[in-house]
Amino acid sequence: MAVHSRSILFCKEISKFLFFRKNVVRRSSHFQYYPDKNTPVEGETTKLNMFQAIGNAMDLALEKDQSAVLFGEDVAFGGVFRCSMGLQKKHGKDRVFNTPLCEQGIVGFGIGLAVAGSTAIAEIQFADYIFPAFDQIVNEAAKYRYRSGGMFDCGRLTIRAPCGAVGHGALYHSQMPEAYFAHTPGLKIVIPRGPVKAKGLLLSCIEDKDPCIFFEPKVLYRAAVEEVPKQAYKLPLGKAEIVVPGNHVTLIGWGTQVHVLCEVAEIAKNSHGISCEVIDLMTILPWDSETVFNSAKKTGRIIIAHEAPMTCGFGSELAASIQEDCFLHLEAPVRRVTGFDSPFPHIFEPFYLPDKWRCLDAVINIVKY
Amino acid sequence: MQRVIATLRIKLKFLQNFILQKNPNPPVTVVSRCNFNNEASFETKPYKLHKLDKGPSTSVTVTREDALKYFRQMYTIRRLETASSNLYKERIIRGFCHLSNGQEACAVGMKAAMREQDTIISAYRVHGWAYLQGVSALGVLSELTGRHTGCSRGKGGSMHLYGKNFYGGNGIVGAQVPLGAGIALAHKYLNDKGVCFSLYGDGAANQGQVFEAYNMAKLLKLPCVFVCENNGYGMGTSSKRSSASVDYYSRGDYIPGVRVDGMDVLAVREASQYAIDHCTSDKGPFVLEVETYRYSGHSMSDPGTSYRTREEIQEVRLSRDPITSFKEKMLISNLASADELKAIEVEVRAEVEEANVRARTESEVSIEELASDIYINPLEPEVRGISPFDSVKHVNVGTPFIPH
Repeated sequence: MAVHSRSILFCKEISKFLFFRKNVVRRSSHFQYYPDKNTPVEGETTKLNMFQAIGNAMDLALEKDQSAVLFGEDVAFGGVFRCSMGLQKKHGKDRVFNTPLCEQGIVGFGIGLAVAGSTAIAEIQFADYIFPAFDQIVNEAAKYRYRSGGMFDCGRLTIRAPCGAVGHGALYHSQMPEAYFAHTPGLKIVIPRGPVKAKGLLLSCIEDKDPCIFFEPKVLYRAAVEEVPKQAYKLPLGKAEIVVPGNHVTLIGWGTQVHVLCEVAEIAKNSHGISCEVIDLMTILPWDSETVFNSAKKTGRIIIAHEAPMTCGFGSELAASIQEDCFLHLEAPVRRVTGFDSPFPHIFEPFYLPDKWRCLDAVINIVKY
Repeated sequence: MQRVIATLRIKLKFLQNFILQKNPNPPVTVVSRCNFNNEASFETKPYKLHKLDKGPSTSVTVTREDALKYFRQMYTIRRLETASSNLYKERIIRGFCHLSNGQEACAVGMKAAMREQDTIISAYRVHGWAYLQGVSALGVLSELTGRHTGCSRGKGGSMHLYGKNFYGGNGIVGAQVPLGAGIALAHKYLNDKGVCFSLYGDGAANQGQVFEAYNMAKLLKLPCVFVCENNGYGMGTSSKRSSASVDYYSRGDYIPGVRVDGMDVLAVREASQYAIDHCTSDKGPFVLEVETYRYSGHSMSDPGTSYRTREEIQEVRLSRDPITSFKEKMLISNLASADELKAIEVEVRAEVEEANVRARTESEVSIEELASDIYINPLEPEVRGISPFDSVKHVNVGTPFIPH
């Protein structure tokens, strides 16, 4: 029963529809949003949701770098999630344009553009559609610099793709594919948890001299609203953030899951007297081992939570590295709380997701170990 | 509570409709046949041909019985899509939902030509196809609402419908096209004389794998009909802005092709028959472009009006609607009476309405099915990554279409 009413709809048209139907009960999704408290730079701010912050970042990038080009399926009129709204009008049809429905072509095209000196921002409409482009990303983009002995590279390429659970996306509109790409040296993979981080990290990705994949948790496009600095700013890639400091248990997540973990930390503290440290990894590749290991050595108890399935999820890499580096500091085995080793389900999403109750259970058990 | 009220309202409406039919129209078969023509012939719009000397016949004949069947099928699909649209707006259907209203003649025309052994695979605009391949209205609608009565037991949703000789229901643009070539290879290998209809849209026509499939199919002379359902828009981009050549029937290069008016069920049937004849006479694959139009947006989250005008949609509805135009043809040629067609409409409405009610109220499959049918023979009994509260075991529930 609750399965159908749990989620939020995101497309603009649907919101309009809801607007006219106020009697519709709009239940919250599986997480509670925790706005970013840190302001990365001084100066004026404005209230933006995540799709606006991303649009703003691309706007600034297109303004600053005349070689920058934005393209993808339906981006000309704003993209299905409205990130590029108004950008074609402002920057011209030759810089912001639609492509045919051909992901392999989009990425290959972006690589060529980037290797010849343009800044390429390619949008894959859903991360679930990125797989036709897998070869281009893994074999062409990631290895360009290496295989040419440093003569050529496509570092000016950034691939954006909406990812993750959305409440009702079912098999092909919900997946988190970060782990597939994390297996590929040469790429950088970034996942923001809200508007402030999204803007800074995306600008870093666009300017970074390595090909980056920027996965945007689509459930946050509208649900996440923060005061975002108006000016351009960059956040360092490869740096994690301690969102909630704590002493007993370290909780590691990225994207939407960080918000789940923040709530878990709150419940653990208030109801069980357990102090949790929440880390937002932000960059999946290369991940910030220093922050993670320091926290692991401090708490001795690590839980990693991600939406993707358990086996070979990025949590596996973290768990292996933590036990290798921090073994003598550990009080309990590293735990993973993840999606199931099943395809992303249609009606069972609330059970599939590593929600706060599953994470809290892991916290309580890891302390008892 | 609101859901309950909504459900009650619908039930009430259903009952009212039922009672209002004080004198239910007699079943079609009872009406005396002597008043009607038993068959009629029509001229189709000209076909466009690629690498063919002679195309399908522009003169098509239909029997009264078939015409009534096609009308009923097209009307049912239209009603199913209307029901889907409403269910989606009420937030009872979740996920992504792509409607095919406007395109009914494509599926019905192809189905009319297909033989028992022929197969079909398509993308995500397949509610109508599932119905044509034998899934009930309830099987379609309750799949969309995620109930156990759905054709995939509610586990696939709108994009993942399956039926006999119907290989889905695929969510990734263009990914089904090479699969269709593979199915055609199986037809050839098993020597069952079957043909596979491998469907994709004008948007998907630009995916590289479509061309890979063309090449293999031609090389291996596979009995595969590549059907490009050209509805003019790949999501929000018109075909003219996405495709260097909009002559999709000729994009198989070395594969012969035909463009047919996809709003004319009889023309589609004729062209499909021609394609089947081509494939079964060992000439290899065929490209069939079916020129059609979708009234709705790409999916339910697309209003479909930001990249085209409302007038354009209205114009197609008024001048080219596949159901209205076919209805007119039937009436003008005296294949059926207006009353008779009205009776069919009432019957179809009742059928879909009943399914609509049940699609809201049937139960979902139990949580054990979260991990069902991932593998046929998993090496460990429980699924990894599961909740600490209950374990979920691997199970097999579905019946394979082709037995192992």
